Amino acid sequence: MATQMEAYDIAVIGGGNAALCAAMTAAEAGARVLILETAPKPFRGGNSRHTRNFRCMHTGPLGPLIEEYSEDEYLSDLLKVTGGKTDEHLARLVIRTSEECLPWMEEHGVRFQPSLSGTLSLARTNAFFMGGGKSLVNAYYRTAAGLGIDVRYEAAVTHLELNGDQIEWVDFTYEGQEHRITPKAVIVASGGFQADTDWLTRAWGEPAKNFLIRGTPYNRGVVLANLLDQGIERVGDPTQCHAVAIDGRAPKFDGGIVTRLDCVPFSIVVNKNAERFYDEGEDIWPKRYAIWGRLVAAQPDQVGYVIIDAKSLNLFMPSMFPPLKADTLEELAWVMDLPADKLTTTVAEFNATCGDTSGFHPTELDGLTTTGLTPPKTNWARPITEPPFFGYSLRTGVTFTYLGLKVDDTAQCSSRDGKIKNLWAAGETMAGSILGQGYLAGFGMTIGTVFGRIAGREAAAYAN
Amino acid sequence: MQTELIQEARRQAEICNACRYCEGYCSVFPSLHTERAFSDGDITQLANLCHNCRGCYYACQYTAPHEFDLNLPKALAEVRRDNWESFAWPQPLARRFHTHGGAIALALVIGFALLLGAIRAIGSSGGEGFYAVLSHNAMVVIFAPAFLLPLFSIAISLRHYWAKVDGEPIQMSDLMAAFKHAGKMQDLAAGHGEGCNFEDEDRFSQGRRHIHHAIMYGFLLCFASTSVATVMHYVFGMHAPYGFLSLPKVFGISGGILLTVGCGAMALLKLKSDRELGDPSAWGADIGFILLLGFVGLSGLVLYALSSTALMPALLAIHLGSVLTFFLLMPYTKMAHGFYRLAALVRDAQRKRDVFLVR
Repeated sequence: MATQMEAYDIAVIGGGNAALCAAMTAAEAGARVLILETAPKPFRGGNSRHTRNFRCMHTGPLGPLIEEYSEDEYLSDLLKVTGGKTDEHLARLVIRTSEECLPWMEEHGVRFQPSLSGTLSLARTNAFFMGGGKSLVNAYYRTAAGLGIDVRYEAAVTHLELNGDQIEWVDFTYEGQEHRITPKAVIVASGGFQADTDWLTRAWGEPAKNFLIRGTPYNRGVVLANLLDQGIERVGDPTQCHAVAIDGRAPKFDGGIVTRLDCVPFSIVVNKNAERFYDEGEDIWPKRYAIWGRLVAAQPDQVGYVIIDAKSLNLFMPSMFPPLKADTLEELAWVMDLPADKLTTTVAEFNATCGDTSGFHPTELDGLTTTGLTPPKTNWARPITEPPFFGYSLRTGVTFTYLGLKVDDTAQCSSRDGKIKNLWAAGETMAGSILGQGYLAGFGMTIGTVFGRIAGREAAAYAN
Repeated sequence: MQTELIQEARRQAEICNACRYCEGYCSVFPSLHTERAFSDGDITQLANLCHNCRGCYYACQYTAPHEFDLNLPKALAEVRRDNWESFAWPQPLARRFHTHGGAIALALVIGFALLLGAIRAIGSSGGEGFYAVLSHNAMVVIFAPAFLLPLFSIAISLRHYWAKVDGEPIQMSDLMAAFKHAGKMQDLAAGHGEGCNFEDEDRFSQGRRHIHHAIMYGFLLCFASTSVATVMHYVFGMHAPYGFLSLPKVFGISGGILLTVGCGAMALLKLKSDRELGDPSAWGADIGFILLLGFVGLSGLVLYALSSTALMPALLAIHLGSVLTFFLLMPYTKMAHGFYRLAALVRDAQRKRDVFLVR
């Protein structure tokens, strides 16, 4: 039987960056706020636990950020990765507001550090959290506690009752009991649905069963599905997600940053038939890592194999897993369970089409290209000849899905009949409103922070 | 050395090296991130750079119940203790005091007994103040070797350490960098200067840093007091007892207060902290060492306060007994950490210099 809890003005569903920004903003405006986080305390924070930075516009040096990063440059970087599938009005709102967020984050306990070793290319555009996303989450929970915000962990929201243009109540389970609360306003910040493999398989087809989920296993899209079923406006393509190629030995869930592999530009990548399938040297890695998840997903068994030789081993950030190693290509093929004849042929063909390698430059587009090879490798093409040889397996690692709740510039949700007067959304669950496809490093935290604060402000204004 | 401790620290360091989120916290991570593979010497160096501030633990997305089960502060603390036991000389002594608080207590009782015995047996041939109980020459005969032998032992230990971490000839700039770092206890401040995560999960606090400062400077003041008095005695012929405003007294009393208060506060702080984020097997002995050091300070202050009463001879034996025990155990207790930390910081300065030159 459902039991009544004490009265709250606002229920925030979710416990990551967007949820916390919304809750703190609302509490500072005088609202009584309850956070319902489905994860247990050690895993609180959703995907924010695994993040590391915040992409931030700035007109001059700001905190850890150097030089400037203008609204137009930021937008143009975004449009490049989304191929124009971006709501420019909302995107500009996020970008423009990001600048005032950074000092706000510091006031709420976040500490920044200089760009990490290996990420110098982001020193101007992305502010790195000292200790990473979990320390940001920890700081926000401390600040939230100081503001009198109540938090329930392992509180799984099962249903939001939509009646006409408002949410009447929220049902959730907590400590083995069902609860029903009737807050004045609700903010949904509970992420995408990527951890629900069945849903992912319905959207993607059978290949999705082989995908790995890089972040939290708790984003199963329960609230998202519940709201979409009741006719809340949706946005985004269910097959679109942020997906990168990660080490094939990563766990099914929650492997995070340490499973990523940065060696593709210095390698050839083959499928299980030992055939190449894409230009490994198309662009510098920070601009290409987010397409390789889909490339690998399109290969048989959704798996790829990276092959490098000794001279390239120290050119990229290490993964937590050491590479497989062999003195000959035949032996490497055997270790990696690839057809040895085909692999040696593929490598020989590649090697034969490489040209002069004296201009090799690992951190710039060096124009070292193959000639007459299909598909070509258009940069960093050096013959794979120097033993020992090394290999990694690659799998598709999904970060988050883009199908979500459509919001306006006040983060408010709507149905076909108009706005829902007490429902707002923030974070990954509405990021599809801005990101149609592709991804820009650090932009998810920016969307979460900007829209979290907007949702908190609007919900508090309604509830008061 | 215990290979399974090194191996566990190596497993964790490899994960840290693929993450790097903690780079800004302390000296451990920039040093870790310059390597791709970690030799036993690398792990030894990292372990001795770690000051157990725990910032990285609470920031870590991979701590238990996550399957990667990272707990770098604990892994490095265990390697550190194993290092100190392995490098110590002579060996049979080395492996008792880091893990057995009772052994420290026993040593203290023996220290009292030795001093009482010395007072009984040697006594004094006349003299003022404390020298009326035990003559100056007798004190020198007891304490000069009790001070110099442990230093000799520590020098041998540090040579073992230096060989393990592939140390190079030391330049003045290395020493300057290390002393500057240690003087401010920079590695207890976290990268943003807000302190450790020691007493209340992920809350940053300067408590541990300030308390450690009190203990370190308190100890150095007490040491300065004795040193100044030695110079006054031998160079200027000015013999104890000294007046309240004399340098030995000013240093000694202020140092004694800092030491006593600091050690008391440190013991309380350790009671509040999570033992599983350090080396649990060393917890009792660490507390024992802190109490011994605090007792040295406290007994010195009490001795000074009651020096004109009939209790003085007994108090003198108690104080000097604790000092004797403290010095003799120096190479085999937590006290060794100061020397290893400095050596690690000197080596770190060298490595930074080398990396800079290569670039």
